[in-house]
Amino acid sequence: MPDLLIRNARPYGEDAVDVLIGNGVIAEIGSGLTASDGAETLDAAGLVLLPGFVDLHVHLREPGGEESETIETGSRAAALGGFTAVFAMPNTNPVADTEVVVEHVHRRGAEVGLVDVHPVGAVTVGLEGTKLAELGSMARSRAQVRMFSDDGRCVNDPLIMRRALEYASALGVVIAQHAEDHRLTAGAQAHEGVVASRLGLAGWPAAAEETIVARDCALARDTDAALHVCHVSSAHTIEVLRAAKAAGIRVSAEVTPHHLLLTDAALTSYDPVHKVNPPLRTAADTKAMREALAEGVLDVVATDHAPHAAQYKDTEWAAARPGMLGLQTALSVLVAACVEPGLLDWHGVARVLSQRPAEITGLSDHGRPIAVGEPANLTVIDPDAQWTVRGAAMASIAANTPYEGMRLPGRVVATVLRGRVTARDGKVHQS
Amino acid sequence: MKHLLSVTDLDAAAATALLDTADRLKQALLGREVRKLPTLRGRTVITMFYEDSTRTRVSFEVAGKWMSADTVNVSAKGSSVGKGESLRDTALTLAAMGADCVIVRHPASGAAHRLAAWADRDRAATGTDTCIVNAGDGTHEHPTQALLDAATLRDRLGSVAGRRIGIVGDVLHSRVARSNVFLLATLGADVVLVAPPTLLPVGVQQWPCRISHEIDAELSTLDAVMTLRVQAERMRGAFFPSAREYAIGYGLSDERAAALPQHAVVLHPGPMVRGMEIAPSVADSARSAILAQVRNGVHVRMAVLYHLLAGAPE
Repeated sequence: MPDLLIRNARPYGEDAVDVLIGNGVIAEIGSGLTASDGAETLDAAGLVLLPGFVDLHVHLREPGGEESETIETGSRAAALGGFTAVFAMPNTNPVADTEVVVEHVHRRGAEVGLVDVHPVGAVTVGLEGTKLAELGSMARSRAQVRMFSDDGRCVNDPLIMRRALEYASALGVVIAQHAEDHRLTAGAQAHEGVVASRLGLAGWPAAAEETIVARDCALARDTDAALHVCHVSSAHTIEVLRAAKAAGIRVSAEVTPHHLLLTDAALTSYDPVHKVNPPLRTAADTKAMREALAEGVLDVVATDHAPHAAQYKDTEWAAARPGMLGLQTALSVLVAACVEPGLLDWHGVARVLSQRPAEITGLSDHGRPIAVGEPANLTVIDPDAQWTVRGAAMASIAANTPYEGMRLPGRVVATVLRGRVTARDGKVHQS
Repeated sequence: MKHLLSVTDLDAAAATALLDTADRLKQALLGREVRKLPTLRGRTVITMFYEDSTRTRVSFEVAGKWMSADTVNVSAKGSSVGKGESLRDTALTLAAMGADCVIVRHPASGAAHRLAAWADRDRAATGTDTCIVNAGDGTHEHPTQALLDAATLRDRLGSVAGRRIGIVGDVLHSRVARSNVFLLATLGADVVLVAPPTLLPVGVQQWPCRISHEIDAELSTLDAVMTLRVQAERMRGAFFPSAREYAIGYGLSDERAAALPQHAVVLHPGPMVRGMEIAPSVADSARSAILAQVRNGVHVRMAVLYHLLAGAPE
């Protein structure tokens, strides 16, 4: 592989330097560096250099949902969005609850080669919440599963959740909980509040999230296990997490870009492009999410990238599947929600989009500092760019973006995976 | 007015104009041997009902026929996804057949809004400028029910503005309650909702009405009381302990009817559960306007079709 020279980039937004990459690692950082013959160069004057993004929560839909996304198209979206590693949720068909399925996903990701695809294994067989899946076999498989989740569904049974945490603690893996007490959300269609009441949509009470998080924190405390909370959406959940972290409980939490920016006020059109689980909540909730992310109570931004083909979305509200695209808009939404208002600087962006997600899942080759000898997983950003979101122009097969037509700040210029450019100027570079 | 999806599509002037048109149509038909006006001759009106309904579907059909529209009824039971054609395809198919108006009832809140968005977006493809009338969408709205209730109150009380109207029962699951609260408030009425907390939606405090849990404290000041159907099929349990306790707490009994002012009117959108929500003797009493509601329903729906398809009269 030829060397790569990134000229005049500003690591974490600081002073411009040249970064020379060889053999997949950062070989040299300095000024006036020269590349060997045949090296690829990238003029990054004015651009910000960050460690490659790591997404703990994507749905790549393969196997079984290829009309909406494949591992290939999802990998392209990830590379274009600045990601160098993604964690693919197991709610596929078949469910990723055996080493056969997780190894398939892992292998397909490696074949595509645009982003490290880490399969998330199911906690329970078939995501049914009753019988533990073979966590050990999946962890020890070639896919080396580091995170388990029944995402899309909550592990509602407290005994099963306790056993999963206990069992996982010996494997050194993390259980990621979709916190939703299904008894409180039967038939729910929208955040329980003023908007849903007026629209006649059955409410998803915030307490359904908080109570599961509180319960799981107690279980994680008793089992000394690592708990990760998916897509926190309610301001009250922040308080539960803050207390649990203060008590030394091993809990981490993610927030999605859409829960940082969008509110249930968007629902009045009944366009299901805004339907997502957990639902869009209030402006007070988005404000609490932004502040908690800056403070570190929320550890990471994870997209919950959830492609759905038009036939599953362009329907009446109740029939539509929940979820929205996220990979290619994540950075821009984070810039709009947190960087522009001054809540996060570029070090903060690196923390929530790269360093912390890699730490939570124990990835040794992602989320590393920009320093000589470190793996060259990098993202180059134009902080001053503005662009207009078009779902049809994105790499995903599905086009279900709630940001359609919105003008967003900040753009990924290039993504580098182990020294190789995987995306540049909006185009994927297939190996 | 392009579509009628929600009562919030109507300001006080537009709602009053509809009620006035309904009155004029009622007068025009009074005493006629042949109850037929030529107004909508050559226009095609399709009712598309995804839920069981007798009164609303027939009422729209009669309204269309009395105005000489060609009316077609489509019964499309069951939800769309996984059971064949999608709602969008069905709606666009009807539009492409030349439906000037599609009247839809659907179990999903917002279904009429979606139909209107599709009809507008795909107008060039269907070749028809189709207007959509919401005949009840999930637990969201039932605008023509609220209009016919307002027409009935105007008939019986002389006006809606300044009158105090109590709405009693399952507000949470009621599209009739939502449409009535917002329309009656627009028309200047003083609305009070009476229900146990379990049957009131979260956030109801921000609606333009007052909330009460105590029916007996309200009766003596009401100009009208509307009892809602307690929709057993929508219940997911634990909303109230038993039908008996509901009837004791909120049913419109003879004793409660006697506590109303002399002039007060009793309304019910139907179908009634006699005994639980309302005593049979109250439903059949002189103060009951329940059948007047049904009669007014036809005239109000004629007015809606007239305003949508022929334009509001100046």
